[in-house]
Amino acid sequence: MQDSRSGCLDPAEMARRVRLDILEMIAAAGSGHPGGSFSAVEILVELFFNRMRIDPSDPERDDRDRFVLSKGHACPALYSVMARRGYFDPSELVTLRKTGSRLQGHPDRLRLPCLDSSSGSLGQGFGVAAGLARGLSMLGLDSRVYCLLGDGELQEGCVWEAAACAAHAGLSNLTAIVDCNGIQLDGRVEDIQSVEPLALRWQSFGWHAVPADGHSFRSLGSAFDEAESSGVPSVVLARTVKGRGVSFMENTCAWHGGCPGADQLAEARREILEGGR
Amino acid sequence: MSLRPSREGWVDGLLEAARRDSRVVLIDADISRSVGSSRFRDEFPSRWVNVGISEQDMLAEAAGMALAGLVPFVESYAVFAAGRAWEHVRTSVCHMRLPVKIGGAHAGLSAGPDGATHQALEDIEIMRVLPGMTVLVPADAGQAEAAALSALETSGPCYVRFGRNPVPEIFPRGCRLGPGGADVMEEGGDVLIVSSGACLQACLDAHARRRREGIAAAVVNVWSIKPFPAELVRSLAAEAGCAIAVCDHQCAGGLFGALAEALVQGCPVPALPVCVNDSFGTSGEPEDLFALHGLGADSIVESAREAMKRAGRSH
Repeated sequence: MQDSRSGCLDPAEMARRVRLDILEMIAAAGSGHPGGSFSAVEILVELFFNRMRIDPSDPERDDRDRFVLSKGHACPALYSVMARRGYFDPSELVTLRKTGSRLQGHPDRLRLPCLDSSSGSLGQGFGVAAGLARGLSMLGLDSRVYCLLGDGELQEGCVWEAAACAAHAGLSNLTAIVDCNGIQLDGRVEDIQSVEPLALRWQSFGWHAVPADGHSFRSLGSAFDEAESSGVPSVVLARTVKGRGVSFMENTCAWHGGCPGADQLAEARREILEGGR
Repeated sequence: MSLRPSREGWVDGLLEAARRDSRVVLIDADISRSVGSSRFRDEFPSRWVNVGISEQDMLAEAAGMALAGLVPFVESYAVFAAGRAWEHVRTSVCHMRLPVKIGGAHAGLSAGPDGATHQALEDIEIMRVLPGMTVLVPADAGQAEAAALSALETSGPCYVRFGRNPVPEIFPRGCRLGPGGADVMEEGGDVLIVSSGACLQACLDAHARRRREGIAAAVVNVWSIKPFPAELVRSLAAEAGCAIAVCDHQCAGGLFGALAEALVQGCPVPALPVCVNDSFGTSGEPEDLFALHGLGADSIVESAREAMKRAGRSH
């Protein structure tokens, strides 16, 4: 199988391309979740272009690595990364959220079979990822399962049911990533229901926790290296900025969900194009 | 007549399913000794998982294991498998049409002395409303074994409801669920008695009593609530002119709901519920609770009489 790590292009340029895609998709849809999509861009680019054992020309093969977007509302970022990775034509991206589109408002595997799972009901995707890891292991496959969660999502109790089960079962083929952007729909995570001390929580459940700068490919790469050699279920705690790349969307819950108007769209485009250079 | 718990038949079926299909695995949530599936663990130790007391995770993990290519059977008390984990069943299992087979144990009033918290009286309704879900309600241990094998043959998600306490063995061990979702147990043109699950013997007793009164009651055992054998039930109801639905489940949305939906779409005859009427259960021996909730043969006879009266067929 093709190794994602080979044939890598400039990841920063790809991240800029993905942010532009996200912006245009949400603008065309008239709704969506820009804040949590922008915060997850580098994580997804790192996974799909530099990390996962995948082959977009054969998306269903048994020995591929799997990815579950438990924070399913960030799917504009996932759709863009998968289209740019070669799973489907990027011209389809602007159909996001429209009637008849394969690109549903939250990931839908029945419509878009190159997804490894549907997701979007917070907390559930992580349990599904744990089951995938357990099932692949029972079948004797050495595939790894990656699962991206939000930090607000960790308030869901079922996340911790799955965390406990995965650790007890020793699912070392499971890597969670928490997109720690610090903001949820109603405000700051620490104000609404703190999930700290984050690393200690995971460690006390039997996980190996690795901190990372979620916007640095170098930091993410070494964090994944460490996580995957730990021999236990591992979690990369990726510090990110909600709305990263568009100044007026950064660090505010106002852009958890929403669609920019015409002037805001032009400003956002300009910032993204200039930001990565 | 010999008595046997339906749960024993379910486990027999699980074992046979696992012998037939190497993709079958079983996930428990700390009730394997209660259901009796420790037999599965003994025969297939590498294909058995206990996730502890975490039913939501059990259903989410089952979805993931199905995505990996396995056919997970899961089991817990019905109130938790169907109730507590409902949204996981809905979104992680049914929305992806995954072959997850859910055993709802200790269902209905069979949980008896455990009381209201453990008596699932709503599970049929909340499972049958889910798109793509098959809902099977075996009447005894023989049918429970057959239902587990039928679940394996169903391509998508399936819910099987069964009880804890011993019930009369009406169907033989090793039987198969016949085609069409129902068994016509007795024929008769005066009133149709529709039964699902553990109430079947009481329905047959009521039939015998009415026959002594010169009334011919048809008795049909509906083991598939979804898909519902609507054509069969409508043709029997058309002949009888009235019907009653007997099930240890809430009136709303359960067997009575399914029957009413079928009748109004082609055979609008009077129909009455002999079900739990918008109340929770209490502690007690199952046979006492069946009587307390009006699910015994006396109540069935009385309701059959009332249904006939409404249909203008009073005797």
